[in-house]
Amino acid sequence: MAGAAVKRRGLRSFLLRRLWQVVPVLFGIAALNFLILQVAPGDVVDVLAGEAGAATPEYMAQLRAAFGLDQPVPVQFAHYIWNLVTLDLGFSFRQNMPVLELIMSRLPATLLLMLAALAIAVTLGSLIGVVAATRVRSWVDTLLSGFVLLTYAVPTFWLGLMAIVLFSAVLGWLPSGGMYTVGAGLTGFALVGDVLAHLLLPALTLSTFYLAVYARLVRSSMLELYGADFIRTARAKGAGEWRITLVHAFRNALLPMVTMLAYQSASMLSGAVLVETVFSWPGLGRLAFEAIRTRDLNLLLGILFFSSVVVVLVNLLVDLVYVLIDPRVDPTARRA
Amino acid sequence: MPLLEIRGLQTWFETRAGTVKAVNGVDLSIERGETVALVGESGSGKSVTAYSVLRLIEAAGGRIAGGEVLFDGTDMLRLDLASLRAVRGNRIAMIFQEPLSALNPVQSIGTQIVEALRLHRDIGLRAARERAVELLELVRMPSPRERLEEYPHRLSGGMRQRAMIAIALACEPDLLIADEPTTALDVTTQAQILDLLRELQGRLGMAMLLITHDLGVVAETADRVAVLYAGRVVEQGPVETLFDAPAHPYTRGLLDAVRIEELPPGSRLPEIPGMVPSLLALPPGCAFAPRCPRATPACDAGPPAMRAGGEGRLHACFNPWLSTVEGRVPA
Ligand SMILES: Nc1ncnc2c1ncn2[C@@H]1O[C@H](COP(=O)(O)OP(=O)(O)OP(=O)(O)O)[C@@H](O)[C@H]1O
Ligand SMILES: [Mg+2]
Repeated sequence: MAGAAVKRRGLRSFLLRRLWQVVPVLFGIAALNFLILQVAPGDVVDVLAGEAGAATPEYMAQLRAAFGLDQPVPVQFAHYIWNLVTLDLGFSFRQNMPVLELIMSRLPATLLLMLAALAIAVTLGSLIGVVAATRVRSWVDTLLSGFVLLTYAVPTFWLGLMAIVLFSAVLGWLPSGGMYTVGAGLTGFALVGDVLAHLLLPALTLSTFYLAVYARLVRSSMLELYGADFIRTARAKGAGEWRITLVHAFRNALLPMVTMLAYQSASMLSGAVLVETVFSWPGLGRLAFEAIRTRDLNLLLGILFFSSVVVVLVNLLVDLVYVLIDPRVDPTARRA
Repeated sequence: MPLLEIRGLQTWFETRAGTVKAVNGVDLSIERGETVALVGESGSGKSVTAYSVLRLIEAAGGRIAGGEVLFDGTDMLRLDLASLRAVRGNRIAMIFQEPLSALNPVQSIGTQIVEALRLHRDIGLRAARERAVELLELVRMPSPRERLEEYPHRLSGGMRQRAMIAIALACEPDLLIADEPTTALDVTTQAQILDLLRELQGRLGMAMLLITHDLGVVAETADRVAVLYAGRVVEQGPVETLFDAPAHPYTRGLLDAVRIEELPPGSRLPEIPGMVPSLLALPPGCAFAPRCPRATPACDAGPPAMRAGGEGRLHACFNPWLSTVEGRVPA
């Protein structure tokens, strides 16, 4: 209908506008990265020289000229920005590979882990929140709230270690680390199954904290919504409790949940570092950890920049979802 | 047999401060096709009475402590949940004071009307949407077909209330409970919505329980009126005779304070001197006695029973203004 077409057109301009707003954000992050580069002791040439063992000052000066490091800072900055724009993130001398290539080889694993953890957190969290809210102040509510508090409070890495001890060392049900069985040469469904088996523990571990956050959020939103006038209307219409809970209350509880999702995308990425390390999951997080351990500044900054891009894009996506699920949000309006 | 007969209804709220006896022995009856106005000061228990009829009060944290709500002969208070749901929205429908918050913000108007239909009728989605258009036409919604896709926040207050009415009328109820349906609207819209309700009520032959503060609306709209004070009906009867010669000193106090013909539309109930007693600690006798000019010691002893005053009039007072001989001296 007419309204839908207007909304679709509004969505396009909304997306374009939001994409433009992303530019200064990314520029700011790049500037911060550059600043870190500048204040960090030593430069690439020092690193290279260190790697090589010994180098003459003349050779080092020659290298600096080759890398443009003898230029004034503003020129270097412009150069750096240009490199980012052309997606040239530099070279990791430790890993002997272009940074972009390294990141791209690790990104899918991290995205898979994050998405799986998010799916678990959202589904289980909603379920717990809804059930607790419908049975508020009963023993079920108390039990669930206790469980939620526990998953919220227990450190993720400890939980991960315990999960490995129990499910892989003691019970032997699941692999203890990695993303697939090395050397098994699996293909097709067998490979998918293998990856899923490897994914389960790290995804569950990463999801626990967020699961708790969602469960608490959903429970409190549902309780608030149960008192809303339109829920009373639904009752007066003769709707049953299931319908009231799912179609009316939970549908509205989705809105604060989506907002929360945007906040959490950044924290989840940093949570992934820990979990990937514990489960030797070959993702960005572990790459970052290694970059820090080996003082691979170029790689680290590349990962930082790339993570920011991911977070910014996720936020954009969340905004889009919000526009789609809340008719009150006007995509053509300037952002408040 | 009246369509709805409320007998000795008691609805209480347990709070930290004690038991709030919001409705404490309400007697009220509505015949088929009749409009009964329920008036009373803020907090007198009008909404709680209305919610109690549909048993919406438990979800609001209250408890029906006693009495009967006979709808078409069956006691609503004894119905199991499934039978109760079959009455809600089907035979008794309700509209509310705030149409914006009473509508689900993330569902289109069409979806909300279709839901009301499909909860009680075995009707396909397509047919239900056609019926929804008819209902929107019935409530005089401008460009009804386009409005199906519209969300509540995009409509004006009057259009929202029209949508609410369309939802309520979806299953052609025998009784419509309207809890201050125009209070949140501007004066012109108030008049339009009231006209619409009057017209629809006549056309569909449904009974209506109209809760309002506006005595002018009562005079224009209702057949009978019931006056609520501190959770009890103190007087009820046909509008003309009751307004001409109120028997209860509270009603008389209200009517003496104003000339109904001169009340501006949308008026609140007139104020009379004194304080309403706390619902936490109601006096053992008549709750109005502390404010009553005609109170005697007998009034504090026990609550006055409802007594017939002729011509279908009822009042709960030990010292009513009885005959029309005493007349009423308008202020
Ligand atoms: N959920 C609740 N908990 C405690 N007390 C309540 C609750 N709901 C209503 N009450 C009390 O019941 C009494 C009657 O309330 P009700 O809403 O029926 O008044 P009303 O006559 O509809 O007033 P108004 O004209 O302001 O709508 C009030 O004193 C109110 O404080
Ligand atoms: Mg009220």
